[in-house]
Amino acid sequence: MADPIFSTLQQALVPAAGPATLAHGILVFMLTPAELQPAVRRLRDEFGFDLFLDVTAVDWLGQSPRFELVYHFYSTTHKQRVRLKARVDEGDPTVDSLVPLYGSAAFMERECHDMYGIVFRGNSDLRPILLYEGFVGHPLRKDYPKQREQPLVPYRS
Amino acid sequence: MDTPLRNPVRSIFETTLRDDSVVVNIGPSHPATHGTVQIIAELDGERVLRSDVHCGYLHRGFEKECEDHTWHNLIPYVDRLNYVSALINDFAYCDGVEQLMGVQITPRCRVLRTLLSEYSRLVDHLTCLAAGLMELGAMTAFLYLVMVRDYMYEHLAALTGARVTYTYGRIGGLARDLPEGWLARMEEILVQYEEFVDRVHVLVDRNRIFIDRMRNVGVISTADALSYGFTGVILRSTGVPRDLRKDMPYLAYAELDFEVPVGIKGDNYDRYYVRMREMDESVHMMRQLAQMLQSPALQGPINVDDRRCTFPDKPLVYREIESLINHFKLVIDGPVVPAGEAYSAHESPNGELGFYLVSTGSGTPYKVHCRAPSFVHMGGAHLMLDGGQLADIVPTFGSINMIGGECDR
Repeated sequence: MADPIFSTLQQALVPAAGPATLAHGILVFMLTPAELQPAVRRLRDEFGFDLFLDVTAVDWLGQSPRFELVYHFYSTTHKQRVRLKARVDEGDPTVDSLVPLYGSAAFMERECHDMYGIVFRGNSDLRPILLYEGFVGHPLRKDYPKQREQPLVPYRS
Repeated sequence: MDTPLRNPVRSIFETTLRDDSVVVNIGPSHPATHGTVQIIAELDGERVLRSDVHCGYLHRGFEKECEDHTWHNLIPYVDRLNYVSALINDFAYCDGVEQLMGVQITPRCRVLRTLLSEYSRLVDHLTCLAAGLMELGAMTAFLYLVMVRDYMYEHLAALTGARVTYTYGRIGGLARDLPEGWLARMEEILVQYEEFVDRVHVLVDRNRIFIDRMRNVGVISTADALSYGFTGVILRSTGVPRDLRKDMPYLAYAELDFEVPVGIKGDNYDRYYVRMREMDESVHMMRQLAQMLQSPALQGPINVDDRRCTFPDKPLVYREIESLINHFKLVIDGPVVPAGEAYSAHESPNGELGFYLVSTGSGTPYKVHCRAPSFVHMGGAHLMLDGGQLADIVPTFGSINMIGGECDR
């Protein structure tokens, strides 16, 4: 795709971000966790990526660093998407929160915290959202067995 | 019960801001909210000072379950995300898998999927508007809209075999082609749709009670809507003409003539009107697509001829060994999807519905993530509720159109 925003972005973010790749029409940058928040700030302020659409993680169990965070952004001016990725390790799955930049980060990071146990530094509200208070573990991690049950109400026998 | 039940949620506020305010708990199973959602609100009389919205009561481990089944087997699951417009979920998911596999769907399938996407949008908007109007007491308008919707459900059942959760999409195509006379019946229904939606316009649009309940209620500014990741009708009601069908045309949308209606204020009335206008645009598109489907150029097959994903014809499975093996491999191992990741986004009736798929090259997905518009909208719902009346929660919540199956996954 020869969209000018792609080459501009590539030049602006590459020193920090390493080579960008194009996956099915979406520009993908691999960053370190420390580079993430500054890069997102530039994306929003300089390049008009005003919609923070989604954050999730992929658990590459057995690899190090284990978790890959995946962020999707969209620009209503350029009508383009960008995907940022950052890897965090199992021992310290921490990354800076995007709450200071986007309101939508609050809920989506809560979900990611529920499911993968990623800690978003700066998000003061990481209460369970899809799970319930007292749920033990993070169900979308690959080492969480699918059949494990944690009933809130004891089963009647 | 010996021990009291633990509360499954912990509110963000446990004390009141003022001495004379009270904290009330609304839901998760409340007769006036459609959708299983819990709102903890601090009230000053009837005014909402602040609110804390909790979803998750319909969480059923959709994404976890997806990692344990073949790519094909997920189609009935994705149906149950937004169960009011299940076909759009099917097509968005299949689109993602097809991107990973490098499959180009056939021209007839492309047009048929577009037609059914618009049909789904029409059904979804009818449901949302009907329920929203009923909650305000407009029973006649509810019955008009739901009656038309039921004709559509029956009509879609004639095509797919099910009323709500169709399981009609296939990777690389569709379950079956249109039955005889289906497009003619569609036109009959659309004529009835026009008649009854006209009546609703007359009953409701300039109705004083309706305007008082909807105008300047549940207002959200453009800046807030963007910051909170709102998409779809809610974002458009604030005046941003963001519509993936125009901005990043997929399926056959680039070939269609349609407009993107937007609102001015971002209040409940604008959301009502944007939905009404979008339904008219959908009907306009469906008529264009029905024309296209009858052209000789689009009489070809609906499934791609690709043994990696398309099931062989049943008679062949019984007659020749290659097709039998092919069938078994597709059922037992699943279609082999090349390693990679894809994000496919479709404009669902609620906003951007995205599927982020990761494959490691096997017949089972490594990860399936659904970017559910309802869930993101819940993250900003408090902006629309705070400062309003307690009774306004009902119409505002209705106009957000939160669908539990999609929100909680």
